[in-house]
Amino acid sequence: MGISTPASDALVSFRGVQKSYDGESLIVKHLDLDIRRGEFLTMLGPSGSGKTTCLMMLAGFETPTHGEIRLDGQLLNNVPPHKRNIGMVFQNYALFPHMTVAENLAYPLTIRKMNKSEIAERVKKALGMVKLEALANRYPGQMSGGQQQRVALARALVFEPQLVLMDEPLGALDKQLREHMQLEIKHIHESLGITVVYVTHDQGEALTMSDRVAVFKDGVIQQIDAANVLYEAPVNSFVANFIGENNTLHGEVIDVAGQQCAVRLASGEVVKASAICIGRSGEPTSMSIRPERVRLNRLADACENRLKAKLSEFIYFGDHVRLRLDIAGQSGFMVKVPVGELDSSWKTGDMLDVGWMARDIRALDSAVVSH
Amino acid sequence: MSETMTMNAPLTAADGESLKVKLARERRNKQLKAIALVAPLALFLLLTFLVPIAMLLKRSVDNPEVITYLPQTSAEIAGWDRRGLPSEAVFAAMARDLTIAKEQKTVSEISKRLNMDISGFRSLIQRSARKMPLEVAAGESVRDQFIAMDERWGDPEHWHVIAKNAKSWTPYYLYSSLDLRETKAGTPELAPEEERAFLSIFGRTLWMSMWITLISVLLGYPVAYWLANLPARKSNLLMILVLLPFWTSVLVRVASWIVLLQQEGLINSALMGLGIIGEPLQLAFNRTGVYIAMVHILLPFVILPAYSVMKSIPPTYMRAAISLGDHPFAAFWKIYFPQTVAGVAAGALLVFIMCMGYYITPALLGGPQEQMVSYYVAFYTNVTINWGMAAALGSLLLVATMTLYAVYSKLVGANKLSLG
Repeated sequence: MGISTPASDALVSFRGVQKSYDGESLIVKHLDLDIRRGEFLTMLGPSGSGKTTCLMMLAGFETPTHGEIRLDGQLLNNVPPHKRNIGMVFQNYALFPHMTVAENLAYPLTIRKMNKSEIAERVKKALGMVKLEALANRYPGQMSGGQQQRVALARALVFEPQLVLMDEPLGALDKQLREHMQLEIKHIHESLGITVVYVTHDQGEALTMSDRVAVFKDGVIQQIDAANVLYEAPVNSFVANFIGENNTLHGEVIDVAGQQCAVRLASGEVVKASAICIGRSGEPTSMSIRPERVRLNRLADACENRLKAKLSEFIYFGDHVRLRLDIAGQSGFMVKVPVGELDSSWKTGDMLDVGWMARDIRALDSAVVSH
Repeated sequence: MSETMTMNAPLTAADGESLKVKLARERRNKQLKAIALVAPLALFLLLTFLVPIAMLLKRSVDNPEVITYLPQTSAEIAGWDRRGLPSEAVFAAMARDLTIAKEQKTVSEISKRLNMDISGFRSLIQRSARKMPLEVAAGESVRDQFIAMDERWGDPEHWHVIAKNAKSWTPYYLYSSLDLRETKAGTPELAPEEERAFLSIFGRTLWMSMWITLISVLLGYPVAYWLANLPARKSNLLMILVLLPFWTSVLVRVASWIVLLQQEGLINSALMGLGIIGEPLQLAFNRTGVYIAMVHILLPFVILPAYSVMKSIPPTYMRAAISLGDHPFAAFWKIYFPQTVAGVAAGALLVFIMCMGYYITPALLGGPQEQMVSYYVAFYTNVTINWGMAAALGSLLLVATMTLYAVYSKLVGANKLSLG
């Protein structure tokens, strides 16, 4: 994919977009991004990483300081937000409190000068989609947060935009409802075939719903990939740490051989790891391994890497137990063990054999590199 | 405890007492505490607000003079058939009453009250009282003596007035405040044109209040919007500027407006110095001056409620409306404005009601054509000491205000009014 020519199936393309609020620092540093037609793309990142700014530039509420944004090939920079025909869902729902649900849904249709019967039909259809037909005449204040968010979703979809933006739409809901709504949004996306750009700081949400996730940090996309790739194959330690749980081991590269490398830890042990993003021999690196990829005692026998570790804490989670280990002079190394595999004779202070496969530990940059 | 909880017997607490009785006592204790906390203010309001208003309302229909100082006449005249002159007995009673009044020095009270109905009554009463007690020989008519003393006593009109006022209450003051007068039959009729004054004063009060409210809302709305949408530090500074007028007395502010607005004032000299105008504009001591100063004084009362409502409207509403395809101006009218109505209405109502009773600004900055009802209340209280008229005007002002409030709350919905 060339940098300056949009991919043929791209609905939205950012090219060299920069944004600064104060003229001194860039909140979005240099954004090249293609959003494919029909895709569910999530912008994930900590607050201040530039993800919401990107969304607001796409919606038209912020203007890019530099660069261009295209929607369906058309340059958006000078199109005012009300002419972009992009649906948007806000975190606080933003339902108009002085209008009923039906009036809220009819609002974008009235602006588009549709006739009454068509409006009524579309409103009914949109309410059916979010299963709220019975509440058409309620006011937003009389509804629960989950219901309000569904109405907001229906309102963003009722005028059939080709692109819908969602700015942390589930942030105000409780955990259970949030998980339920995640699936509902996903199903609506699948059935309508629209393109969705979704902003969140909740990595679980991003992994559950998205076709692709763009991980933002400091105004730069660190990695953009499908959820499983992000989780299994993070390209740098920021992504490894931000998505899911992660153990980090620091060391120095002593040998690189193709896809593999050898890293010496501070305590002297040598670990074989996949070489992902490292310098030459002698340079520092940090390695990343998921807690569920670490094996203990007998199961560790077959592993390429084997170390001794001291068990410092049990943390009970119901379906699994997490063990906190002190390993190679580092504390806080977590291992997930299914309850069935737990050995009841283990107690804190015991020395355990710990092992993992070289393909499961990824040698990444030493410091977080900004591209 | 479960063995005591049978289906039919009333529930009892552990010590055997009825639960209901215990609960009632607990509630009563809480209520007493609440009442004790509210009591000082309630008492204060009762004494300084409700009682005076009740007294004001009573004063507006109070008519004690004739019945108190001419008690015998009042009793006798009740039997008069209102045709021709009253009977001998009424004249005799009048002679006795006037004699007592002369001794007790209450003649002026009577004469002042009766003079309100017929001018000249004051001198008639006072002159007659001076000649009391009458020396009436046997067989002589008291009536003839009275008429001989002053022929006006032979005019039934004067006796009608006495008869009319021989009651402890009168609609006279309320009628006069509305340019009405009482016919002989007791029904109200409009006073002759040259005697009318108060209807136009009430009209003027409403008209000026309406304009001041309108101007305040038009000027205050954008300021409130600006305040609500500025970053915190700047909006704090602006808020201080809005509140600044509250920190100086109204009198000082009106006086400074006089300095600014008068013929040789700052504004006129500046405009003339710049060559914009050739001769000074008449800005003070007319309606322009009153409008300028009153809008200035009352503006914060519109801005603050509007601001507090606007502050609670998140900017995402406008963004949502725009993202749905509406033009920003249209979105403002359809989405933002309706949500601010409650606050603006509350502010407008506040300003309107304050305008209706405003005294000092029109008194100092207006001409005779700008004086509102409260000026005449002050006039009757301080200058002519006519408590009846002052109270009647005050009561009507109160009624007008409450009527407007009722209409207003019907239109906007009182529960929707929001002072923030």
